[in-house]
Amino acid sequence: MTTTTAPVTGVGAAAHADSGLWSWITTVDHKRIGVLYGVTAFIFFLIGGLEAVLIRIQLVRPENTFVSPDVYNQLFTMHGTTMIFLAIMPLSASFFNYLIPLMIGARDVAFPRLNAFSYWVYLLGAIFLNLSFFLGGAPDVGWFGYSNLTSKQFAPGVGVDYWAVGLQILGIASLAAGFNFIVTIINLRAPGMKLMRMPVFVWMTLVTSFLIIFAFPVITVALVFLLFDRMTGTNFFIPAAGADPVLWQHLFWLFGHPEVYILILPAMGIVSDILPTFSKKPLFGYPVVVYSGIFIGFMGWGVWSHHMFSVGLGPVADSFFALTTMLIAIPTGVKIFNWIATMWGGRIDLKSPMLFAVGFIALFIMGGLSGVMHSSPPADLQQTDTYFVVAHIHYVLFGGSIMGIFAGIYYWFPKMTGRMLNERLGQLHFWLTMISMNVTFFPMHFVGLLGMPRRVYTYAPNMGFDQMNFWSTVGVFGIVLSVLVFIWNVLHSRSRGAVAGRDPWGGPTLEWAIPSPPPPHNFATVPTVHSRDPLWEKDGEQIVRTANERRGPIHMPPNSYWPFLGALGMTMLLSGMVYGWWVGIPGLILMLVAFYAWAFEPVH
Amino acid sequence: MTASRRRPRMIRILAALIVLAPLALFGCTLQEFPQSTLHPRADYAGEIQELLESLLFWVAIIFVLVETALIVAVVRFRNRPGLPEPKHVHGHTGLEIAWTIAPAIVLAFIAVPTVVTIFKTQAKAPADALQVRVIGHQWWWEFQYPEQSITTATEMHIPVGRPIAVSLETADVIHAFWFPAMGGKRDVVPSRVNHMWFKADSVGTYMGQCAELCGTSHANMKKLLVVQTPEEFERWVASQQALPVEPESTSMAARGKQVFMDTGCLACHYIEGVAPGVIGPNLNHVGSRRSLAGGLFENTPENMAKWIENPPARKPGAIMPALGLPADQIAALVAYLQSLQ
Repeated sequence: MTTTTAPVTGVGAAAHADSGLWSWITTVDHKRIGVLYGVTAFIFFLIGGLEAVLIRIQLVRPENTFVSPDVYNQLFTMHGTTMIFLAIMPLSASFFNYLIPLMIGARDVAFPRLNAFSYWVYLLGAIFLNLSFFLGGAPDVGWFGYSNLTSKQFAPGVGVDYWAVGLQILGIASLAAGFNFIVTIINLRAPGMKLMRMPVFVWMTLVTSFLIIFAFPVITVALVFLLFDRMTGTNFFIPAAGADPVLWQHLFWLFGHPEVYILILPAMGIVSDILPTFSKKPLFGYPVVVYSGIFIGFMGWGVWSHHMFSVGLGPVADSFFALTTMLIAIPTGVKIFNWIATMWGGRIDLKSPMLFAVGFIALFIMGGLSGVMHSSPPADLQQTDTYFVVAHIHYVLFGGSIMGIFAGIYYWFPKMTGRMLNERLGQLHFWLTMISMNVTFFPMHFVGLLGMPRRVYTYAPNMGFDQMNFWSTVGVFGIVLSVLVFIWNVLHSRSRGAVAGRDPWGGPTLEWAIPSPPPPHNFATVPTVHSRDPLWEKDGEQIVRTANERRGPIHMPPNSYWPFLGALGMTMLLSGMVYGWWVGIPGLILMLVAFYAWAFEPVH
Repeated sequence: MTASRRRPRMIRILAALIVLAPLALFGCTLQEFPQSTLHPRADYAGEIQELLESLLFWVAIIFVLVETALIVAVVRFRNRPGLPEPKHVHGHTGLEIAWTIAPAIVLAFIAVPTVVTIFKTQAKAPADALQVRVIGHQWWWEFQYPEQSITTATEMHIPVGRPIAVSLETADVIHAFWFPAMGGKRDVVPSRVNHMWFKADSVGTYMGQCAELCGTSHANMKKLLVVQTPEEFERWVASQQALPVEPESTSMAARGKQVFMDTGCLACHYIEGVAPGVIGPNLNHVGSRRSLAGGLFENTPENMAKWIENPPARKPGAIMPALGLPADQIAALVAYLQSLQ
């Protein structure tokens, strides 16, 4: 390996190497923004986890009085909202940010400052949403916020306002990121990297980004209606004025179901890239896996009413949405078969990334099959709004998304830090997670089928729910323990872990061609790609040499504080809907100044 | 070496657990789990159960097959010294076609009975069905029998063996009507009237509760279904149709009636010939009900007294306020309300 430590020119070059708070606030480096996303989202993962622990403590025995019903409603609303919007989505965004340019052979994303803006909007929106706990009560209407429970009449507090405005703010972050990654993936690929040579994770990022830019406008419209109803007295969802509150459900789930795939497709991409590396064998049926992902993303738009079987839309609508939902099981199954076939005949190295990837498949099968069970409306009418569905979503989102994300962290941590995570702790983390995850969520299938509804702060002792709830609560402490092991592993390994080197796992994709951690400019020279697994081919050595050999001047974009100030101004402007004009107007001015300055900021 | 010998046994135990767990579920009784969805006591719930069993059959087979394939792949192809470099296979068109078609066929076995069951269970109710109008309130259920001119709360009575046509409405937000032993749930949605029907096949008392988040006391919005023989049901109808009992003039109950009229109870509650309120539950025959406050407590004089003393303390968010009545007035009220059999 030839590493040329070529000096990098450009306004930002010096600042990239800086440390300290200011360098983080002004950074436009996709890798640093990726780290910011990851750390922030992980903190919110811990907050959402804490909410889950409080929920489980309340339910450990019947008629418990650990929290009041109103606090309980706030906890599960914020648990769902936090895990979806503040933890899993931005954890995926962290991988998008850090990895997409590295995987496609780019110096950065297409719009580095917009990328920074996305992050700051996300952070400020997340803080705004959580401030509600201290400023008048968090939202308590469920993460799906069904009308007309969200109307001023039935939810007079500020919680719903925080929720609606908070989601609007977060939506802007997601939209900006979505456009950014679409443009990046389409335009900034290394020479020779045709679409069908992209790593599957890049493909899934592209599909997810398209889902984001189409899905978020739908919930934006719904939230605008809701905010108008609450703040200006319109009647979009007010039955007394003749409105049909089911409109909200259609709008919400037309967003909400693609959102489910926004949460799971990135994890599927991560797993699709990890399995080949640790099986020493290329992905089986690459085009089929890619097309399945696209098909799932596309079909995600035709199934939303399966969340609404109990509404009473009639037998024709129920049948239609049942059939489209069942159809999605086919590409999902095909993906799983291809993953297993990738391992078949390989030489499987069960290192921690691979363990989590296999765990992902094992648990996702479970979540997928319970999903097939309630794709059938008559069965769903017994299961919906019970703990059976709670079990299902946690097998999909914890067993699926979170396991996939952990697999990705173990896999790419060496690339990001230059250090290996401790393997023994990784194995311990995996087995603790696997066991306690099942102790927590497996009994929920049964307690649901035995009639325990969701979102109840208590249950009577004569219902037969006691034992299963007890075990679910025991399990959640196992999950807490596993996360503590992980945190300790990260804190310990980031300075004292074994030195990783360029390519500790023998990975096939471009990010393994450059040093760990990568230099600010990623590739000294962008190599030409001739295949899907470039580093596994005959010219792999050559690609590594090229990637580390500077042949011309490297220009890096300068740091900028305008994205942060623009994000701050915009968050103030929108939060003014809750706090009043004295926050909104200064926010508007700050935002306009920041956007103007941003537009005319010299980048050369 | 011991590790690799132990592994197959672990797999066998796991497989046994996976197969046994659902069986154990079907073995448990409705007494142990009074709100179980797996103990149908009506034609509607029976149709769902039949469908669920065929779903479970396919799902269990697929689960065992795919998880086994996964475990076999991981165990069999685990890295050992001396294993050759894997061949770089990129795919196999025949396999791809096969495992696209296979799940499609299985899904057909699920989809056809699903659609049949949807149309069967959502068909129009038979003409001879008993009509019951259900109205959801934050946080209690109202039941009206229009043909019998009966209005009651929390406790729905029906005769066994006769189709029951339920129309579903709400007075405020979305709730979901659900007696698992009778069948699936159905939302009550503002500005809509939903319908379902079922025919109970065994006499008994069944539990249900609201299944759509509806605010603070969503968890406390319960209901009872009392399935009776036709004769018992007729007797119940007759007792509910009777005018409320008029207490003897010097009794404690008579004092209670006066308290009822003087302290504002009548603004929200209805008692025929006594009070015109329509916000809270109809109290014509409240003394005959088995439970109070949306099914939260057994209907005893003590519980009723505690309830009247401070409703929001016993059912968080309850709209009925604590009126601050002295104990003797509450006792009189309880005597009156309990006399309304």
